[in-house]
Amino acid sequence: MALRSVRHYPGFLAVTVLCLVVLYAPLVVVTAYSFNDSPSITTWGGLSLRWYVDVFTGPEAPRFRAAAWNSLSIAFLAATIATGIATAAALAMLRAGKFKGRSLTFALINLPLMVPEIVIAVATLIFFTMIGFTTGYLTILIAHITFCIPFAYLPIAARLQGIDGSYEAAARDLYATRAQSFFLVLLPLMAPGVVSGYLLAFIISLDDFIITNFVKGAGMETLPTAIFGSVKQGIKPNIMAISTLMLAVSILFVTLSYFINRKGR
Amino acid sequence: MTNAVDIRKVTKVFGTFTALHGVSLSIRDNEFFTLLGPSGCGKTTLLRLMAGFEEVSGGEILLFGQNIASLEPNLRPVNTVFQQYALFPHMSVIDNVAFGLKMKGWTLPKRRARAGEMLEMVHLSDFADRLPTQLSGGQQQRVALARALAPQPKVLLLDEPLSALDLKLRQAMRMELKQLQQGTGITFIFVTHDQEEALTMSNRIAVMSAGRVQQIGTPREIYETPVNRFVADFIGETNLLEVEVAAIAGDQAEVILPGGQRVTCSSATTEKGRHHLSVRPERVTLGTVGSGMQAVVEQVVYLGTDLQVLVRLDGGTAMQVRIQNAARTEVPSPGTRVGLTLEEGAARLLAD
Repeated sequence: MALRSVRHYPGFLAVTVLCLVVLYAPLVVVTAYSFNDSPSITTWGGLSLRWYVDVFTGPEAPRFRAAAWNSLSIAFLAATIATGIATAAALAMLRAGKFKGRSLTFALINLPLMVPEIVIAVATLIFFTMIGFTTGYLTILIAHITFCIPFAYLPIAARLQGIDGSYEAAARDLYATRAQSFFLVLLPLMAPGVVSGYLLAFIISLDDFIITNFVKGAGMETLPTAIFGSVKQGIKPNIMAISTLMLAVSILFVTLSYFINRKGR
Repeated sequence: MTNAVDIRKVTKVFGTFTALHGVSLSIRDNEFFTLLGPSGCGKTTLLRLMAGFEEVSGGEILLFGQNIASLEPNLRPVNTVFQQYALFPHMSVIDNVAFGLKMKGWTLPKRRARAGEMLEMVHLSDFADRLPTQLSGGQQQRVALARALAPQPKVLLLDEPLSALDLKLRQAMRMELKQLQQGTGITFIFVTHDQEEALTMSNRIAVMSAGRVQQIGTPREIYETPVNRFVADFIGETNLLEVEVAAIAGDQAEVILPGGQRVTCSSATTEKGRHHLSVRPERVTLGTVGSGMQAVVEQVVYLGTDLQVLVRLDGGTAMQVRIQNAARTEVPSPGTRVGLTLEEGAARLLAD
């Protein structure tokens, strides 16, 4: 008897539809209403790009522009630094042989994935206050680097694990120094994992609200905190436009990451 | 003349496991030398120590008189052909071959020209701009060879390079490797667990087991005058009979075969008592009852060029005999009584 396709399992259709609706209906609604030519967020007034124009030129535009710049520059820096650290960590974990405390190191690298974000947020704020650090751009950046590391680490380590050690041995055997063997052979082979890790870290940083909100200090905004601040005074359709733009950036990055990883195989 | 490689009392310990127990051996210049043994015998570890991928736990490795045991791999004038080739997948075939030259600081035109010559040597000139993954296994093997030979190493190390190829290709590559070795004049050190490969290509073979060298010699010496049970059993097929030694003098012994017949044979031991006698199955003739050892034919296995005859001696010991499948060969049928005569050189007394 042939195995039954999963589609014929009882309740398959109902469960699938329910999941899809719960997950994606809000996104679809927000995206659709971001093109709504009406100041109301619930009534449809025809197709328009006015809220996108409003985002870039409206009364709130300077605030959003500053926040977007902060978000993008922090995401860029945090992802870059976190990817560098994660690459080094992956090399130490997978290429340095067995060393004392290897399991502990693995746990430490990945702990931020398990610890509730609110706990990290509070702890980070208390820590910065205790050491007398002024909260602002730099504290956000440091916090983002920290929690981006495990996200960058996972795809890099997964990739490195699949690369046979004989490539590096062959390079060393053919008169390459340690550095040459890394930059000319291992790094190009790891590249898909590194790029994937970078993009993931970028998105995670761009998207973070809780930790950022705690450590940002007065007068400092990133896009998520700016959106939250704006929504507190009532939801306007321009928020939907910003949300849709962020969604588009996220989808673009995840798609890129997916194809780069696939090409590397 | 200086030896290409002198291994002196080399020990390698991994944690609690000792992979090599003070191995010593010398490999001559311009020699095709094979390290032969079952998996886990330490042959690959010894090769990796020579390449510099592992550090010795004790002992010296001399390359043309210079101790290289503590040098980084990139400072050793030896190159390796890896079991799975380890061709760099992100570089074209010609860039792979030129990699070692690039690292040695050759200019682009010079290394391109040399890599081109190497590809010509292995008949792959038309594939220079392909990626390694676009080549067949046999072609990748040749690229790996060209890459390792391009920098003109003093010694070429080959780690079971033929094991990933199918039988026909493997046999063809054996001849090509041998010709390459003779053509280039570079010392080849070849690691394999395949005794046929070792016998057909090598000038000399070191048979290894459990981290020790059991015997070093030419293929003929290893096959015809094995020193112990392990070597006799591992190389080719053999019958091991427990016999009583009647007399021993120098490297000759008189032994009493099952059934009481006395024969003289070469000996690897100088002690009397009970020892194992190795009897090569192709050096035994099946004769009529009355001569030699008495036995009953139990089974005949058809092998194409040969027939394998399984017999049981009157004492109860099982033996096998190989006879050629020639047109005039009489095939004995199971149940027939036969007499087994040992040809000259069929038997050798072993140390245990």
